[in-house]
Amino acid sequence: MGKNTNKGGNGAAKPRWNKNSPLYLDYQATTPTDPRVVEAMAPYWTEKFGNPHSRNHHFGWEAEEAVAKARAQVASLIGANAKEVIFTSGATESNNLALKGVGLFYKEKKNHIITCLTEHKCVLDTCRHLEQDGFEVTYLPVRKNGLIDLRDLQAAFTESTSLVSIMGVNNEIGVIQPLKEIGALCRQRKIFFHTDCAQAIGKIPLDVEDMNIDLMSISGHKTYGPMGIGALYVRRRPRVRLVAMINGGGQERGMRSGTLPSPLCVGLGAACAIAEKEMGAETERLRLLRDRFYEAITRRLTEVYLNGDLEHRIPGNLNFSFAFVEGEGLMMGVKELAVSSGSACTSASLEPSYVLRALGVDVELAHTSLRIGFGRFTSMEDVDFAVERIAGEVERLREMSPLWEMAQEGIDLKSIEWADH
Amino acid sequence: MAYSKKLLDHYENPRNIGSLDKNDDGVGTGLVGAPACGDVMKLQIKVGEDGIIEDAKFKTFGCGSAIASSSLITEWVKGKSIDDAAEIKNSEIAQHLALPPVKIHCSVLAEDAIKAAVSDYKVKQGAGEKKIKAAE
Repeated sequence: MGKNTNKGGNGAAKPRWNKNSPLYLDYQATTPTDPRVVEAMAPYWTEKFGNPHSRNHHFGWEAEEAVAKARAQVASLIGANAKEVIFTSGATESNNLALKGVGLFYKEKKNHIITCLTEHKCVLDTCRHLEQDGFEVTYLPVRKNGLIDLRDLQAAFTESTSLVSIMGVNNEIGVIQPLKEIGALCRQRKIFFHTDCAQAIGKIPLDVEDMNIDLMSISGHKTYGPMGIGALYVRRRPRVRLVAMINGGGQERGMRSGTLPSPLCVGLGAACAIAEKEMGAETERLRLLRDRFYEAITRRLTEVYLNGDLEHRIPGNLNFSFAFVEGEGLMMGVKELAVSSGSACTSASLEPSYVLRALGVDVELAHTSLRIGFGRFTSMEDVDFAVERIAGEVERLREMSPLWEMAQEGIDLKSIEWADH
Repeated sequence: MAYSKKLLDHYENPRNIGSLDKNDDGVGTGLVGAPACGDVMKLQIKVGEDGIIEDAKFKTFGCGSAIASSSLITEWVKGKSIDDAAEIKNSEIAQHLALPPVKIHCSVLAEDAIKAAVSDYKVKQGAGEKKIKAAE
């Protein structure tokens, strides 16, 4: 059985999990902090506790040096200069700072922002607020595979467009947007390009020069680093200017005041350094796991639909609709697995996943979706165990689904007049 | 969100899953909910000549609370008269299973399902009587 064996899939030391806890397959929600990262952070909670902004004694210098090293590690992973990396509390703050900060700075001349319907809520919600403040926002649609159409982007550009914000990798369906192509189009028009790379960092190669990225949001805990830390890359040449959201002592080049949490900065740096070194091999390993899962589940079950493109996708994500089986009911059945669903019942709202809806997935099918996330500590036997449990439970729940029964009888479910409730 | 033991028991070991012959005049069928809303319940009752429910079966597409609510109601209606069965309130189901507030609508759906099944049965009986009268 593949439940939380003590060795990681790649032989790396696994975080110590309670052996009774479910098998973790929700790597897009968060990732466990790599034990090597925890180790690197440890001294900065205790003997190296200094304030990195203290200029006049050993403790401050020690912490400052550690933060500088971490900044360089983050920069190195994305092909940036360390001076261009601003530490924040996480990708939500980074996205807020990028959109509001750049938006407000250039508002007098340009007040139009372009983003996309499948962005993370923190981008969409920030855009809604900017709209209330007099900005115009274009929300690009996505194609059935989850990717934007570059022609839509080109058509959306206006004389007053200041910023384009398109995510690197989608958190629900794992699809990779064409960053390089988007960057080239933006640079041509002298429009700033921001990308939320919370889910992309450490998963796909990123190079701010090659991709013409002007701002990039980074998260610690999505890439085996700690929670509570993130970063925003802000290009220096050509210079991107922004209005600070948090005022104070002028840290982070005045763009983000507040004492830096040196242990967390060290953790993010260490996580980026590990990612830079291991990303290639990890991607290959996860692809094998992903392919094994995909082939096994589609061989065993009919009426299973993958949401989002398979090719332009990180290998650590699968998102399936298991027709005729409601997602939350399914999650409850596979309680040995920690996964997530785009079903309405799992969210505060009663609408199923807006991302799946933007892809044009029928609302009925959106209710049956399950997101399975693989990562650094997932092993081959974990995958086999998960396939077995999910397939078994889908079969059980289909036997009790009136919709499955009707479909087997050849009844077209769309021909029935369902009562709203 | 922690679910009650009773709810989990009904979800893991649901009672009375299955289907009755919907064309049988003694069977009432209720089909409520909508796939677009994420839950659909089919509840069927087999009614004896004395108006007592002899058997009940269900199939449900929905979350664990919806499955448990329909399983529970099939247990409750067996042996009841159709009029008593139609009197079951969703609040009784919600209380028995300790449904969290966001899941109350699952119990409402179960109440709607039994009412729809009873009503379907009555319509069929009415139609049956008419047929007999017409034959006379």
